[in-house]
Amino acid sequence: MLWQDIERFGRLMDPWWEFEQMPRALSRWIPPSTVDFPAINVWVSGNEAIVTTELPGVEAGAIDISVAGKTLTLRGSREPEALQEGESYHRRERWHGHFTKTLELPFNIESGKVEAKFLKGVLHISLPRAEADKPRKITVKSA
Amino acid sequence: MSDAAQEVQKKESETPEQGEQTRATRLYTPTVDIIERKDDIVVVADMPGVDEQAVDITLEKNVLTIYGRVDNGLPEKHNLFISEYGIGDYRRVFTLTEEVDREKIQASVRNGVLKIVLPKAEAVKTKKIAVRAGA
Repeated sequence: MLWQDIERFGRLMDPWWEFEQMPRALSRWIPPSTVDFPAINVWVSGNEAIVTTELPGVEAGAIDISVAGKTLTLRGSREPEALQEGESYHRRERWHGHFTKTLELPFNIESGKVEAKFLKGVLHISLPRAEADKPRKITVKSA
Repeated sequence: MSDAAQEVQKKESETPEQGEQTRATRLYTPTVDIIERKDDIVVVADMPGVDEQAVDITLEKNVLTIYGRVDNGLPEKHNLFISEYGIGDYRRVFTLTEEVDREKIQASVRNGVLKIVLPKAEAVKTKKIAVRAGA
């Protein structure tokens, strides 16, 4: 009885109690993944990183890829179908506009050897590790 | 960044209404724009990873089903470092009204975008009526 009373009493005194409860309730409604557009997948081996991203409907020429050190930057844009007079949208769900995405890779990139392929709306970028960055075996000399 | 960017997440189809798939792939719902033009209705669906061979469009009674198959293409000998999206097939189902001329439906795929043109049936096209001066 005493404990219950104290708890109730404590809650009344604590203006932040409800406030703290709120995020816990809200967090159930946060969608599973809220990443910056476009979403990317990155695969890494010892010597190479492969980055893939889905950019349907974007022209290959409109994608801007730049590499500096460990950082990869992707830029591009897509315009929606232009409507003529008398035309109207029943539904509009697809994205449009400009996007910029920056990504840091686990090693320095040999920027001269980066290759990018755009196939079926999916961009595949292969980024080889910079030669100077590769681990070197060091022989131990015995005196 | 584009204002639409926040809402763009790949929507995974939760429980397919018409039963599960026999293949063990994920199923996604492609985002779609639907435009009504003067003589036809255009459906544009984002299906990256799909080309014209991998799309199935079926029209049964007045239910239009679009299905796009995507092959995995996971790199071997590499480890996954960051994963922000999943890969899988696309499926979406629409119910058409009678106003579509089924025989003349056309579809094309370019850069992972499926575009279906559904011509309106003759009876529905608005006809301009010429007005002559009264006698």
